[in-house]
Amino acid sequence: MKNRTFFWFILPSLVTMILFIALPIGSVFIQSLHIEHVAVLKEVKNCGPFGCKLEVQIDVEASVQIKEEQPLGKFNGFGTYKNRNHLATSELALAWSDSPNWGKFLSKTYNLPFYRALAFTLTYTFVVTPLVLLLGFCIALGVNSLPKQFKGPTIFVSLLPMIVTPLIGSLILFWMIDAEGILGSMLQWLFEDPNLSLKASPTLTWIMLIIYGIWHSAPFAFIVFYAGLQTVPTDTIEAAMIDGASRLERTRYVVLPHLVPLIVFICLIQLMDNFRVFEPIVSFSAQASATSLSWIIYNDLAGGEGTFFGSAGATSVLTILGVAVLLIPVLLRTWRDFKGKVV
Amino acid sequence: MSEIIHRRPWPLNTVIWFFVLCWVFIAGFPFLWTMWGSFKVQGDFFSKADWAYAISGVRTQVETGGAFTGDGYFGAWITKSFWVAALNTMIVVISVVVISLTLGTLGGYALARSGKKYAFYLLMLALVFRAMPHITLVSGYLLPFFEWNLWGHLPTAIIVMVAINQPFTLWMLHSFFLNIPKDLDESAMVDGCTRFQAFRRVIVPVMWPGVVTTGLFSFLLAYNDFTVTATLLSQANQTMVPKIASFLGTTQTEGNVMFAVAAVVSATAPLFLLVMVFQRQIVSGLTTGAVKG
Repeated sequence: MKNRTFFWFILPSLVTMILFIALPIGSVFIQSLHIEHVAVLKEVKNCGPFGCKLEVQIDVEASVQIKEEQPLGKFNGFGTYKNRNHLATSELALAWSDSPNWGKFLSKTYNLPFYRALAFTLTYTFVVTPLVLLLGFCIALGVNSLPKQFKGPTIFVSLLPMIVTPLIGSLILFWMIDAEGILGSMLQWLFEDPNLSLKASPTLTWIMLIIYGIWHSAPFAFIVFYAGLQTVPTDTIEAAMIDGASRLERTRYVVLPHLVPLIVFICLIQLMDNFRVFEPIVSFSAQASATSLSWIIYNDLAGGEGTFFGSAGATSVLTILGVAVLLIPVLLRTWRDFKGKVV
Repeated sequence: MSEIIHRRPWPLNTVIWFFVLCWVFIAGFPFLWTMWGSFKVQGDFFSKADWAYAISGVRTQVETGGAFTGDGYFGAWITKSFWVAALNTMIVVISVVVISLTLGTLGGYALARSGKKYAFYLLMLALVFRAMPHITLVSGYLLPFFEWNLWGHLPTAIIVMVAINQPFTLWMLHSFFLNIPKDLDESAMVDGCTRFQAFRRVIVPVMWPGVVTTGLFSFLLAYNDFTVTATLLSQANQTMVPKIASFLGTTQTEGNVMFAVAAVVSATAPLFLLVMVFQRQIVSGLTTGAVKG
């Protein structure tokens, strides 16, 4: 295709992506270097029946004016990155010199909001992703060996947790797990503890969120693996059978190697999606025990305590860096794989 | 395959059946349960006395006189005007699907036919864009949108979602177009068509299966979105998902959780229908990216 024609075909798509994906990444960075204006204060003489007093008040007019002149706020350099709510460099240094051992240091670090969110995000990503792969693979093997007439309905039901809106799916589970819901009361009965509440314990909240994550994503892995199983070469399987390979050996040495490219694909998608975990925390109102990077950005923007563009920007930039680190190995692999094929 | 099934030892067969049935139960039961519960009163669905009330509907009998009640639905749709949100969702979703497919088919076609190095780099770039958490992008929009008075309107949310959707749409349509033989449009061009004419007259008539599948995923993305709609839309323009989220804050204090339950069930119903009708396309769409590389 001629370069000119290519350009015109791709233009509309490219323009929207540049305007609403590339530029925001830049603007987020600029935002993160600025900080909200402090309110302009003025001294007012307040005279009452008991004499006059000097009072400090917020000069609303001047505050509004300065905000209009510089909507971005005051230039702050990397100050926002270093403060307590983000990388907390000075707090970390203090914790490091004060702590006698690693455990103390880690628990102090965990009290800083950014590291708290990072801890949950990473745990969630690296626990959910492998479990999704495993469960998806097992379901695919199971469904694949069902009689034909049962496959369709099973796939239909299996798709539901993935297709449903994440916020809604997690709400549905949350209501069931509520102390007054069906699963919650079952658990209370099972452990014979009428006060057992999954919401009250941070550990249980983490487990709950992770279970939701697996429930939500396993269908995706299942479908991809299931499709892969349909293309396993029957010749190779038969050859393995003739050579006396057991069922397990056939799965291990023929089916699994055939599915390796799919594992890479699912990993890539799952890492991207799990790293931005956000909706379940809103649905489960879990912010007291678990926050994620996406959640703290959302909280800065729409948390009800006002909007902090600088702070949200700094966390966003750090999150984007995190995504980059996460993606590099997979990207390099895709890069190599595609180089041979496309070009 | 059938003879292999017969040869499977029965203990293994039992394990497989048990496992699959367990999974089907775990996947499907929450929806069934919530749908059933949405026709009860709060005292039953969130019963302090006995969870089995949700099945028998004891409180529902006492409070409304029947075993089932539509109070939750009436409260959500009429009293809390959920219908406005449903209407907004419809507008947003349809526009997002139509616009992103239009842009995506043009771009995906070009990427599939170019064969140049830069097309490959663009695809990699799209992959990187696809990985960006949506909320980081939104935090870049908010300030400029406030400044230029673009915040809060439906078209703003629509165009943002189209853009966020583009990387995925491009990848998917790109792989569909790769499957349409090159000879088709090239022979049209030999006959004197321009590239665009060849695209319109030869490719467009055969591209619909791919477009429908991609459209389904655009639909799901727009329909399921919470991040963009919750942060970029004003209260009056809210779509269903942020509306449900806002129910949580307000109704739990008023003791009207059932409104939220009813709204959740109403919002899930279209998705059920969608899967029922388009199951084959969804499955094939999920796998094209993977199986064909």
